[in-house]
Amino acid sequence: MGIAIVVTSGKGGVGKTTTSANIGSALALNGQKVCLVDTDIGLRNLDVVMGLENRILFDLIDVAEGTCALQKALIADKRFESLALLPAAQTRDKNAITPEQMSEIVTQLKREFDYVIVDCPAGIEQGFRNAVAGADQAIVVTTPEKAAVRDADRIIGLLERERVGMPKLIINRVRSHMVKSGDMLDVEDILAVLAIDLIGVVPDDDFIIKSANSGEPAVMNHEARASIAYRNIARRLLGESVPLLPLEEKKGVFTKMRKFFGFK
Amino acid sequence: MTITKSKVTIKGTKNGLVFFMDDTCSFEELVADLREKIEHSHQQILSGPLIRVTVKLGKRYCTPEEQELLTQIIRQRGNLVIHLIDADVISKEEAFAERLKSTFTIETRTVRSGQVLEFDGDILLLGDVNPSGVVKCTGSIFVLGSLRGVAHAGCSGDREAIIAASVMNPTQLRIGEVISRPGEEWAKTTGSAEFAYLEDDKMLVAKMNYLHRVRPDLGRKKA
Repeated sequence: MGIAIVVTSGKGGVGKTTTSANIGSALALNGQKVCLVDTDIGLRNLDVVMGLENRILFDLIDVAEGTCALQKALIADKRFESLALLPAAQTRDKNAITPEQMSEIVTQLKREFDYVIVDCPAGIEQGFRNAVAGADQAIVVTTPEKAAVRDADRIIGLLERERVGMPKLIINRVRSHMVKSGDMLDVEDILAVLAIDLIGVVPDDDFIIKSANSGEPAVMNHEARASIAYRNIARRLLGESVPLLPLEEKKGVFTKMRKFFGFK
Repeated sequence: MTITKSKVTIKGTKNGLVFFMDDTCSFEELVADLREKIEHSHQQILSGPLIRVTVKLGKRYCTPEEQELLTQIIRQRGNLVIHLIDADVISKEEAFAERLKSTFTIETRTVRSGQVLEFDGDILLLGDVNPSGVVKCTGSIFVLGSLRGVAHAGCSGDREAIIAASVMNPTQLRIGEVISRPGEEWAKTTGSAEFAYLEDDKMLVAKMNYLHRVRPDLGRKKA
């Protein structure tokens, strides 16, 4: 029996889908059988980020309504054998499925996969209730902005009410130079308010945008700092103890010397 | 005519008149005797300048309607002003409400955004109140943690209530119907434990070691 993890945030645009795609891919890289489930019905994105848009035949609603078998709706990933995607419907809305149906589908998936990663839509309405149904664990994604932290706080409260186990926190898009200058909330500030376990800090990285546009999960890259951060999060989920990445990129002797002599 | 014990005994004190109501007779008998005294027999002492009247009901329980009837009879004399109607007994309901008012609730949790913690009586919260979280009670609020959200003490009008917190950093404080925001009436907090209280309709925030001077009786319940 696998574990179902819902990736949620409350606020939109903080990186739920990117996080789902990358954690799912990173877990698959580690040899786990992973299924990604997109619950953002009507505004599906996970298939685009994964570069699997053109392979969709059936979707979550088809499965819920019994139009097709669960197995037929699953899309095998083109890169990893052990990774599958259950896409959301684009022509329907969040009310097309009930939390009970969702819970049933997740339970079925858990029998076959080690990890079921559920990408939650923004908001706290029906879409959130659907995504949370059947989840064993939750990952809350936030960015170092007051509004995102406020919404994350609200979501954590709702997760507690839904009795999903203690959520884990990912702080996404941290800009080290702004934290340093005091213009951005730092990790300590956010943890003081949210008071949940931190599972990773992902630096702001242009590479994430590039990879999302090209439909290649960022974790495929070995150098990008955000990619390393996501891979570390997956390792922590698997129970490894991995220290947090220093936010500041280490400068080599050559760069330091150039700076010393006044070159950019 | 046989002499029966008077149902209403009137005594004069330096604070005015005290009406002792017999609590062993029926209410009708009591009303009849009170009428008799007010309207006929005690004309001299019941006329003259304004007099404060205290009504002692003893161990008789009077409903609000019954109290109103007694009040009306006494008010027939324009110079009698009812100051207090006092009974040694209260109804179970009132007793229960009274007990709730004096309860002290201990709660261990984080009050997160969108959550409202509401109680009768005082509350001790072992945890934080996050921005957009609300703690509300009829008594005082004590937060052993950071207060970053909204706290409303004495929400049914108790102006003696206080709000205390280990770290006082709220978005808004309310005591009774007085609302205050940081930076308006009181300056940035010191970081040590502090409490907010009302003084002449103004909210003030002070360090905890000042509390015994402002509210020496806090914690000792009124009888």
